[in-house]
This record gives sequence, structure tokens and C-alpha cells, in this order.
Amino acid sequence: MRAAFAALASHWRAKPLQAAAVVVGLMLATALWSGIQALNGEARSSYAEAAAILDGDRLDRLEPIAEGRLTLEIYVALRRAGWAVSPVIEGRVTVGGRSARLIGVDPLTLPNGRLTGAFDGGPGIGAFSAPPWSMLAAPETIEDLGLRVGERASSDRGPLPETAVARALAPGVLVVDIGAAEALLGRTSLDALLIDPEAPRPDTGWAEVAGEALRLVEADDESDLERLTKSFHLNLTAFGVLSFCVGLFITHAAVGLAFEQRLGTLRTLRACGMSARSLTVVLLGELVLVALFAGALGLIAGYGIAAALLPDVAATLAGLYGAEVPGALTLRPEWWLAGLCMSLGGALVAAGHTLALAWGMPVLASARPEAWHGAQQRSLRLQAGFGFLALVLAGLAIVLGGGLTAGFVSMASLMIGATLLLPPVLAGALSAAQRVARGPVVEWVIADARQQISGLGLALMALLLALSTNIGVGTMVESFRATFTTWLDQRLFADVYVDPAPEQTARFRDWAEDRDDVAETLETVRTQAILGGVSVAVVGRPAGSSYRTEWPFLAAKDDAWDRIAAGEGAIVSEQLARRLGLALGDPLDLPAPEGAWTLETVAIYADYGNPKGEVGVDRERLTGRWPGTASDGFGLRLAPGASSDAVMRDVEAAFGAGPDALIDNAALKVFSHRVFERTFAVTAMLNVLTLAIAGAALFASLATLADRRLAQVAPLWAMGLTRRRLAVLDLAKTAALATLTAVLAIPLGLAVAWLLVAVVNVEAFGWRLPLHIFPGQWAALMALTLGVALLAGALPALRLARMAPARLVKIFAEER
Amino acid sequence: MIRALFLALVLAVPAAAQQADVSDGLGMMASDPGSGYHEVLPETPIAFPADHGPHPGFRIEWWYITANLEDEAGEALGIQWTLFRFATRPGGEMAAGWATPQIWMGHAAVTTADIHLAAERFARGGIGQAGAVAEPFRAWIDEWRMESLGTAYAPLRLTSSGDGFSYDLELTEEGPWVLQGERGYSVKSERGQASHYTSQPYFKVRGEVEIGTRALQVSGRAWMDREWSSQPLAEGQTGWDWFSLHLPKGEKLMLYRLRDERGGDYLTGNWITAPGQSERLAPGTVAMEPIRWVDVAGLEMPVAWQVEIPARGLSIRTEPLNAQAWNALSTSYWEGPVRFDGTHRGVGYLEMTGY
Repeated sequence: MRAAFAALASHWRAKPLQAAAVVVGLMLATALWSGIQALNGEARSSYAEAAAILDGDRLDRLEPIAEGRLTLEIYVALRRAGWAVSPVIEGRVTVGGRSARLIGVDPLTLPNGRLTGAFDGGPGIGAFSAPPWSMLAAPETIEDLGLRVGERASSDRGPLPETAVARALAPGVLVVDIGAAEALLGRTSLDALLIDPEAPRPDTGWAEVAGEALRLVEADDESDLERLTKSFHLNLTAFGVLSFCVGLFITHAAVGLAFEQRLGTLRTLRACGMSARSLTVVLLGELVLVALFAGALGLIAGYGIAAALLPDVAATLAGLYGAEVPGALTLRPEWWLAGLCMSLGGALVAAGHTLALAWGMPVLASARPEAWHGAQQRSLRLQAGFGFLALVLAGLAIVLGGGLTAGFVSMASLMIGATLLLPPVLAGALSAAQRVARGPVVEWVIADARQQISGLGLALMALLLALSTNIGVGTMVESFRATFTTWLDQRLFADVYVDPAPEQTARFRDWAEDRDDVAETLETVRTQAILGGVSVAVVGRPAGSSYRTEWPFLAAKDDAWDRIAAGEGAIVSEQLARRLGLALGDPLDLPAPEGAWTLETVAIYADYGNPKGEVGVDRERLTGRWPGTASDGFGLRLAPGASSDAVMRDVEAAFGAGPDALIDNAALKVFSHRVFERTFAVTAMLNVLTLAIAGAALFASLATLADRRLAQVAPLWAMGLTRRRLAVLDLAKTAALATLTAVLAIPLGLAVAWLLVAVVNVEAFGWRLPLHIFPGQWAALMALTLGVALLAGALPALRLARMAPARLVKIFAEER
Repeated sequence: MIRALFLALVLAVPAAAQQADVSDGLGMMASDPGSGYHEVLPETPIAFPADHGPHPGFRIEWWYITANLEDEAGEALGIQWTLFRFATRPGGEMAAGWATPQIWMGHAAVTTADIHLAAERFARGGIGQAGAVAEPFRAWIDEWRMESLGTAYAPLRLTSSGDGFSYDLELTEEGPWVLQGERGYSVKSERGQASHYTSQPYFKVRGEVEIGTRALQVSGRAWMDREWSSQPLAEGQTGWDWFSLHLPKGEKLMLYRLRDERGGDYLTGNWITAPGQSERLAPGTVAMEPIRWVDVAGLEMPVAWQVEIPARGLSIRTEPLNAQAWNALSTSYWEGPVRFDGTHRGVGYLEMTGY
């Protein structure tokens, strides 16, 4: 057994490139897979923690009906009546010219576990909650604000407590004890009481204790981060799986080739009396060792990838969905394990065919290299048949099936089918080229290229997969950006958004009307109605305002706004329209308190990122039907030349509007653009990585083919072609094959993109992205592919160009 | 009894300092004169009613009630009601509002032969959410209370509730308050760590305990400890095993063992006669040995004990009502009713910490 191992291992020593191909293939596959899993896992696991404090929305809370009404006495009275409530004070501080959100909490009463993670390695509750206090912030917040751990930073509100790191905390937030917040922000009342969801509620109602001062704000499931961010994770996972497949192609190619080249050794071992079973066991043992080694390397690399990408992913999630992910990666045993299992499983899949061959190999079979068998034509036809079947399945899944599963089945079938079809299509293309080719050398080159397809096929298939994935995901992300930014620009057309406290609404309305620098005040109202068994927001907007000109629709009747103003028309969000099956002109019954309000669907609009449905009507008409509906905030369009900063300062001074109640549109837009740039950083890096894997596959195949092809090259050299010329021809051939593959990848990539935006996205999230096409991206990708192919082919070509003539001569002596 | 010292340290000291303390020894913490906290002195007398109220100048303090009860069917059960106060820094008795250094913690539990339920509350002093007043006496945290029903200290009403349980009890005094240690000065180690310690072991109890949906009419007796100190455990002391026992004929026994990681455990207690005369049991006159260990929350705990006080002719074995009386709270410890027989028979409470 040991001798057998030694005999098999000697092959790898003789062919270090091949060994490298196997290890690198598995390593890259595992790296990308586990890196992406780590990223996804990290993001998901941090939602719960991040949502804890930041997202007070996820807990039921009591808020004052007017500022100052929630007093300490009410809080204590509620506690003493058995209400498990915890006080919160919120505000903003400016540190080093940057504004940050300051949250004051009482760690002693905060609902169970909401802050405990924050104290890991930080100050104890005692040091946190008593003067001189300490201030918790996530590492990225500390960096962003230029804080220093253990030091007291100064702010516009005076010196802050000593900074301490709290990794579990959401970024962008400073958390201090409520006593510190009270002192810093100069407050005497509380902003909210969070209700512990796990504590039993006492018999005495909160209203009996607090009187009229408070209102209950129920937990808002709209901020269901996991649902919203699923789309992003789905894309990342798809990327991970595809990269892993590409890696498997490399491994398969390398393992298959190694087996073929070791047929002689294997046969000798069998002839020496080794049983087929023992031989298989030895081969299997070898494979497991290699897989574990490469898998471990891949995990290390995967960690590196995840660590490098996490800040960008975190920023993307934060920007797109408000999901906060701390930018620190923790090592989770489960993904180490999963990564190794993937590597092992992948290696077994890649080598399964080879192992089966070793098992069933007749002792006395002659050592004929597989690539040389004459059945290429037949096998290509078979492959084409299977590929075609897969494409038919892809089509059927879309036409007949429904739901997310059908979308994924279709996508997988499409990829498999297209990949299987690649070698036959390439062979066909070369046959066609051969018919028009003139001159013996060109004809030989084309014939040789056709011959090589069986050897390079797998690598080219890997390249096709990588390229089409890149095009697909790139197109989707670009489409998303184009759509989203345009939509954001159109949708948020006011310059400043203000959400004053309920009792200040009337005063704010007058204040805004009186200002010269406010050109238009857009007030909206909001209520809820049950439609199709689901609670849906009904939003009233002034039909006679600039909404008429600015509001973007996906589809609308010409007289949409007139009908809305008349109280006869409603606009419906895309998600709701899909759910209720509403088309333009369909009637819609809104259950108003005084009886159903029948409206016509006059427009459908995009409402990305909002999984709940929304219906829009005229504001006046809505308040007529739902008397007493509360204001949902104001949009202010400023007069030309007016400064939004000045308006915001005045609003803050006059109404004490907090940071959540006051939004500067320009800043918001800048922020969202920055977010997309970061999304791109992630996509671009993944693109490069998958292409690198495909390049490695190409290189591995070319390098291993080079020796074998000497028998073809030698006669040409003997006929007078220089080695240099032969090398250039070889390189040109590789480039041509890669380019051809890249061209074929474009339609496949577009099909993938279409499936992602038009099928998967709609099924998963209820809205469809318009597909934008970016030929510039393809050109860049083509150039990159060409570069990768040339790089992969360079070394084998160089070796051919410099090969000692004696070696070429030897070919004839050894002619089999 | 030094129970809350450990809790106070865990909560009040920054994590880094906590680690240093574990290695350097708990005794080095802020226990020296001049630390800013009030000092425990043997000559300071205990005076009621003032000492029913809080002592914010001391670092730690507690109101600790355990009761051995029976329902109408004669089934035994026990309850715990504890209010801890600790200061996170000295001199803070003046600060009011959120800025106070006073932190209050409540623990409550109900134990039957097969159920043990515990709950915990935290509150800042200075805002009214928790506190204590000497006269008329009341102590509270959230909706849990212990308060005089009239102008006199007793009778008291004691209420609490947690997930799956609640109780509402009335406590009447049947004997005097007794001073533990030497006239209320209780030494905790040979190196002089001490506390002010007084008890009321003569409470008679009636009332209602609700467990799940079952409402039980109960009666029995309770034991209250009042203790305050500024000095934590001595260096090397890792935890304690503490008994309060109702002996026959109205006698009471309090004893504890402070475990020392370097050997040389500190065993002492007080023997209280029926009329309320308290006499300290000097170290060396008491023996306590575990006789049965049980797995509790993943720890090996000595739930049954052999106790010997030869000078008093006492030799008893204690058995827990429920061996799993584990308070799985922010600071976890074993606290539950016990019964004992041998030369004496009766019931009481056992507390074990630091395992």
C-alpha cells in the first residue's frame, strides 16, 4: 500500500504543475465559497444584535404624545405597576465635524440581552452607568469619527464620556448611559419607553398609570431586515456556488488528466497484484489528503476575501436597507467545517469518473490516453444532446413552473445546458471555419484547435460559466443601480423632509407657508386598510402639487392625476398590484370607515425595498374618508438659491426636530450613490476572482496538454515551421478559443441576468427590475478574458518556443 | 453572611479590573480605610428603626428574606425575596437622579419539591424605581415590595412576581431582632473583613403563593437578614455555604463556611436561644461537611450536609427540598429550603455560591 502511494505520488513530483492545478482549483473553489458564506453568515447573525438598540422599531414602545410629556415620574410609576419598560433618550452630537446618533439607555432595565453583547471586553455595567460614565461605539464608528479608545472626545455638546469599543454594537451609533445622555443633551424628559417583549404584561394597563401622556407605537415589522436583504445575500450565494462549480471544473480536468497520464503506473500496480479495491482505496486516500490540504488553504484565503469585502458589504447593506453589520469578522466553526466538506465533496465529484475507471480497469488494457480515442465526434453529439435537453428544461421551468424554485431550476438548467453545448458549438464553429480556410497551416491550426477542444473543453466551460455569471450579475447590479438612483431622484424630489411631532403639525404647516425660501410644502397623510387580507398603507398626497409632474410611474393612464384629484383614481405600488393582480383600469375597493370607497387603478409605481403594499390617493379625499388621519410628514421644495442647511437649522431651532425627523435630500442622495459605489467594489472584486479561477483552469489545461501535444507539433516543426511560429500559432489559437467563448458568454449572461431580475427577483420580492444593457461592461470583460487567456497560454507557448530541438526529434523515436 | 459581595463586585467593577481582582484577590478591593466608603467598626451599635433603612455610605447592603412554608395539603415550599443595594463608587449618597452610583437588584424565587422558579430585577437608585425607607418601613424594586402595613415595623407585606410565579405574604414578628457576630459585628475572615449583621428569624408567615395557574394558601416561618459592609471577601476566599435553621423549641442557628482556595476555610455562626439571646460560635467549634454531591446546572454541588456543633450537642444531616434550587440569574447560585434531622429536626435555608 505504501509502495502504491509512493508510486502514485511520484507522478505529482514529476508534474508539479498538474499538482498545483488540482490544489489551486480546489483551493480557489473553497476560498470563494467559504468567503461568501462567511460574509453572508456574518451579516445575518449581526442583524439581531444590530436591530436590538438601533431598531427600537422592533420593540413595542410607548412614546409621549408631545415632547416633554414622558417624565421620569411616569416611567417609575409604570415600573412600579409591573410594566417591564426601559427608558431611552436620543439625540445627535457632532464630533470632529461629523454628526453621530447618540442613544442613552438604562442598561439595568434594557430588555433582556439587548446590550449584553456590547459589554464583552468593554467597561462593566458599573463603569458604564455611573459618572464619569463611558461611551460604547463599534470599531468602525470610532474610526469614522476619529475617536480614540480610552479618551474623552469633545463634541458640540461638551466632552463625551470615555470611548470604549463594543463590537456587537451597530455602526454609526454612540451608546451612553441614560444619565450621560440626559446631561449631554440637556434633557429633563424621556423620548421613549421600550417594552420588554418577553416580560408578562401586568393587569394594570399602561394608560391607567400614564394617563393621556403616552401612545403605544407597535413594533414595525416593515423593517424586516432579513427579508429585505435576502436579495443581496441571494446574489452573493449564487456567486459563491458558481465559483465553486468553476473550481470543480479545474479539479476535474486536472484529476482526469492525472489519471490518464498515470494509466501506465496504475496498470503496473494492478499487474503487480494489487486489487482493484486496494487501488481505489489508495486513489481515494490520495484525493482526500489533497482535498483537505487544498480545502484548508482555501479556507484561509476565504477568510481573507471575506475580511476584505466585509466593510463594503456592510456599507451596502446599511445603505440599501438600513441593515447594520459590524465590520468585524468572527471565525465561525460551522463555516470552517462546511468549507472543508465542500472541498472534500467537490473533489470526490470531480474525481468520481476517474475513480470509477480505476475500479473497473481491466488489468491488461493497453494504456491508451483517453483524449486520443476516436469517439470524439460521438461524445460531442451526446453532449450536445444533453445540453439541448437542459435548455429545453430551462424553458419549460419558466413557462410551466412558477415560484422561486422554478426560477432557480431554470437558471441551473440554463447554465448546465449552455456549458454542455459549448464544446459542440465551438467544434461546429471551427468546422465552419475549416471549410472557408485557405492554406495548409491555417487548416492545420483549425483542425488542431478542434482536436484540442476535448482537452480544453472543461477549462473553456469553466470560463464560460465565469464570464456569463459576471455578465449576469454585473448586468443585474448595474440595472439595479440605474433604476434605483433614477427612482430615488424622482421619488425624493423635495429638498428637505420633516416629520414634526403630532402636536406641532399645525404650527409647522403655518411656519413653512410663511417662509420665503420654501417654494412648496408637500404634506402627506397615512392610514392603514386591509386589502386582500393584508394590512396596506393608504397614503394621501396633494394631487394638485408638483407630485403631478415629478412622481414617477411604471405605468399610468393619461389622466391619472385628474382622476386622483377627483377622488376617483388610486395609484398602486407594484408589489400590491402583483399581489392583488391589479392592472390599469381595474377597480379597487378601499374599506373606509363610512363604507367602501371604490377607486380605479390609474397608475402603478415602483416602491423598491418596501415589501408591504401601498395605495396612493389624494390627501384631501383621504382625510374626507378617514377623518382625523394624522400627518405623515412634510416635503419642502425650496425656492431657487435657498439653502437646505439654513432651513434645517431653523426647523431644528423652532421645533426641536430630532435627526430622525429631519432629512436633507441632497445628503441622502450623496449617501446612496456612495453605497452603490461600494456595491460595485464588491461585485468587481468577485468578478476578478471568478475570472482568475477560470484563468487558472485554462492555464492548468494548457500546461498539461502541452506535453501531450508534442506528437502533433513535432511533425510540423520537422516540416519547417519554426518553434517560434508554432508557439505564436498556439497562443493565437488559445486566444481565439477564449474570445469565441466570451462571445458566447454574452447571450448566456444576459439570459442569467434576465432570470435574476425578471423571475427570481419578482418571485422573491414582488417587484421587477427593468433590465438595462451595458455593452461597455462586455467589452471590458472581453478584453479581460483575452488578457487572461494570453496569460494562461504564455508559459506553455514560451516553453514550446524554447524547447530543445532534441526533444522534438525524440518524439519521432518514441512514436507510439 | 456575605452573599451580595460577590454580586456587587461582578456588577460594579470594570471588566478589566474584575480580571485583575480574580487574580489579585477580592480582598484588595476598596476595603481599606480611606477608600471613601464608610467603615465597619465593632463599636458602631445597631439602632432601630434607622438601621431598617439604607446605609448608602457603605458599599453594599441587603434585605434578605427566606421562608419555609407549607400549603393547605401540607406540601413544603420555600420563597426568597432579596433586595440588594450597592454603590459603584464612594461618596455617591449625595448624587440624585440617573447620576447616582447606587444600583439596586432584586432576586425572588419559589421552590417546591419539583419546581424552582427565580426572577431578577435591576434598578438605578435616585429615581424612585427602587429603594428603602426606615420609617414607616418600606423597601421596593419595581412592583416587588416589602412594607409595614401600619406605623409599626411589623406586620409586613411582602410581594413579588416573576415568570410563572407570584406571592403575596403577610409577616408578623414573634420574637426580637437578634444581633449576629459580636453585637452585630460579624467577622468574615481571620484578617478582619467584617460586616454589620442583624436578623429577624422569628417571622410568622401567612398568605398566597401562585405557581403557574395554581394558587396556594400557605403558612410557615421566615427569616430576614440585614447586612451592610464596605469590605468584600478576604483574599483567596472563593465562595460560601450558608445555613439559616429553625431548631425545635424556638431556637435558631445561623452558620456559614467561607471557602478559601488556599485551604483553611472560615467557619462560624451564631446560636440563638428561644428568647433571642445570640451567641457567636467561634471558628473551630463548628464542623460542616458535604455528604452528597449532585449535578446542578452542569456543576457538582454539595446539596446534603453533615453539621456538627459538639459544644451544643448538635449533630444533624440536612437534605434539600429540591436539589435543583439553582438561581440561574445574572449571578447564579444555589438557594433553597432544606430539612434536617439527627439530634435536632426542623427546616431552614441553604445558600451556596462560588461553585
